[in-house]
Amino acid sequence: MSVADRSMGLGLRALGRFAGSDLVDRLGIRKQAEGVVYRATRDGFKAVGAANRIFRQVRGNGNGRAARLRPSASGVFDLTPTDEQQMLQEAFRDFAAERLRPAALRADEATAAPRELLDQANELGLTMLGVPEELGGAVSERSTVTAVLAAEALAHGDMGLAVAALAPAGVATALSLWGDADQQATYLPPLVSEDVPAAALALMEPRALFDPFALRTTARIDGADYVLDGVKSLVPRATEADLLVVAAEIAGHGPGLFLVEGGTPGLLAKPAPAMGVRAAATGEVLLDGVRLPARALIGDGAPEVYAECVRRARLAWCALAVGTARAVLDYVIPYVNERVAFGEPISHRQAVAFTISNIAIELDGMRLATLRAASRADMGKDFGREVALARQLCSEKGAAIGSDGVQLLGGHGYIKEHPVERWYRDLRAVGLAEGALLV
Amino acid sequence: MAINLEVPKKFLPLVGQAHQVAEEIFRPVSRKYDREEHTYPKELDMLAALLDGMNDGSDMGGAGAAGVRRRGGGNDGEVRNGSNMSTALGIMELCWGDVGLLLSMPRQGLGNSAIASVANDEQLERFKGKWAAMAITEPEAGSDSAAIRTTAVYDERTDEYILNGEKIYVTSGERADLVVVWATLDRSLGRAAIKSFVVERSNPGLKLDRLEHKLGIRASDTAAFILEDCRVPRANLLGSPEIDVRKGFAGVMQTFDNTRPLVAAMAVGLTRACLEETKRLLEESGVVIDYDRPAQSQSAAAAEYLAMEADYEAARLLTMQATWMADNAKPNSLQASYAKAKAGRTCVDVALRCVRLCGSRGYGEELLLEKWARDGKILDIFEGTQQIQLLIIARQLLGKSSSELK
Repeated sequence: MSVADRSMGLGLRALGRFAGSDLVDRLGIRKQAEGVVYRATRDGFKAVGAANRIFRQVRGNGNGRAARLRPSASGVFDLTPTDEQQMLQEAFRDFAAERLRPAALRADEATAAPRELLDQANELGLTMLGVPEELGGAVSERSTVTAVLAAEALAHGDMGLAVAALAPAGVATALSLWGDADQQATYLPPLVSEDVPAAALALMEPRALFDPFALRTTARIDGADYVLDGVKSLVPRATEADLLVVAAEIAGHGPGLFLVEGGTPGLLAKPAPAMGVRAAATGEVLLDGVRLPARALIGDGAPEVYAECVRRARLAWCALAVGTARAVLDYVIPYVNERVAFGEPISHRQAVAFTISNIAIELDGMRLATLRAASRADMGKDFGREVALARQLCSEKGAAIGSDGVQLLGGHGYIKEHPVERWYRDLRAVGLAEGALLV
Repeated sequence: MAINLEVPKKFLPLVGQAHQVAEEIFRPVSRKYDREEHTYPKELDMLAALLDGMNDGSDMGGAGAAGVRRRGGGNDGEVRNGSNMSTALGIMELCWGDVGLLLSMPRQGLGNSAIASVANDEQLERFKGKWAAMAITEPEAGSDSAAIRTTAVYDERTDEYILNGEKIYVTSGERADLVVVWATLDRSLGRAAIKSFVVERSNPGLKLDRLEHKLGIRASDTAAFILEDCRVPRANLLGSPEIDVRKGFAGVMQTFDNTRPLVAAMAVGLTRACLEETKRLLEESGVVIDYDRPAQSQSAAAAEYLAMEADYEAARLLTMQATWMADNAKPNSLQASYAKAKAGRTCVDVALRCVRLCGSRGYGEELLLEKWARDGKILDIFEGTQQIQLLIIARQLLGKSSSELK
């Protein structure tokens, strides 16, 4: 019996004894007590990773230097994707329209992405988009813009499924950007293989006003090891994770990123479905004295590595928002043209038509701000400010677009026959999500 | 080539020069000409001469209307950063200084823009170096510019058009050398019959009625004219004299696809002025703005600032997109309206919020925030109001005619 199972048993026993007690009501503490009960049942976490995939530790070859992508350079304002990017965009758009969109409703209900669909997504080479050629990837220059275009295209199909499919790619990109030669040699080959492990970025923690720069998950130094304790939330495919990149506050140092393999003792997870992105099978991860070797730390715990990770994750969510908001616009335009009220299409009314205009204006602004941040990342320029502004736009305008989408369909927008109610739920994630994936 | 949304390297010197002009010439006299409405800002004469020099360089579009002529023909595949973008970038900087003074810039009027966009070679040569204002609006026709009543009747005997009517809201109407007047050849034929005519300011038939007293941009003169049997040579008609009902309004309206992003650029420049000043004052009051920490975990003022700055970024990038499309011969009517709508409402919204955030310092005349909040409002009105932009956008996206979506 694991620690988690035991504590679950204790929690339920305590619940049975406690809930019927008059004492609780007499003392007027039922509210607080319910809080305690919630915390106790939270301990229903299970060990992570069904198959507990084994990663064989590999030494980086030759000089021991990690592979890094070159920054791109351009002095010309240009909004045209490269030929290569256009081809990828087309492939992702087709996949999103033909595979993701038709599967979205069921995946949302099942709070899981179908295995078959994720395998098909892997065949598109998503995990290779941010990995250098010499490590089995597909690129030689930094490819944040390409990753943004991919996320945008997939999220046009479905945001939840896009998150599930892209989360491992985020880990691969993180290793390409900041991993050392050994980390790259150990984890990238499986990530770019045909059998992609379930991997994700575990940054967020379950509390109001969460700030990724004020983590409560801790990494205590114990001899040559780190010992991690804390709870992470909104982690895609948490219960099946083979590999997580976990953010924790290193005692006396600051936040750092750790590679944690599924099956590590003390690493537990449970499903934690949310309002939206349900197909991503989000869950909470409990780190209960997880002992890691020093080599699990990414990028020497440098503050700039952590800050860049937070920014790139936010940028990924921006790209998703742009794709989903575009899906809303593409859906409501034919709807308001076909829906007749008072003897003519409702699109003939300014109140309706202007809502469409505003969706289009804000969507284009969101998209340009997101692309600018991404292109600055590729050029090796600072992009903290640009990510913050893009996130502000994608969070607020994105959620408003989700709301307008439902409103334009009226009652029809509120029922599951139409996808707008799902987009309403998904788009709210963008302003609050931290981590999960990155570009 | 890669996707890149930074200011092109080759325009950085121009941006720097324009900023210097804004800072050293515009800002110091900004309040003065706000108070002394209708006084000619003589500081601009020297500057205008300087800009004429800048305009001679092909891509250095300077600050005004000289450089919005579209390249004809197809695209050779080479991505171009040209005069539409450089002009917009220059305008952003100058309007960071003062919108009213930019609008008063000699030889940089909207009429110059119309001439540059649609005049033939002979006209271009003849009107070169002149300052041209634009007269579209009438007391009974604002946004509905197809409803103008000013008439133009051709007189075969003298080979002239005779113009009659009333025009209002003519920016720099008193100061300009030329006024481009919109008039109809036949009211019964609607939009297609509307043509533009270049009228010499000295023409005895063009009578200055009054100069308006305004909420803002008071450095810029706004004139009202009466046209009374105003005779204009036939050679001063811009574009084709034929009334082509099928082509309709498109020819005249095409000017707007080029000029709307420029007005958006004015709004972007003014918005940045407000943001920078407000940031300075907020920092004096101990507010720290952090781009990494979640906005909701910062002070309400910092969070509001971030929201305003995000809208500014969207407006600025939409404006650059519209000019980039124009420079690369891509149809940009939709994106020009996106830019104008977003930049127009952002500048009003941001300016008014900045005034509130800064309290009596924002509301008082010691600083320029209250003036910018007054100046900015016109940018959501002229060259197509917010509502007109939304209408243009909706009609295009929904595929509706003006009779279906009114």
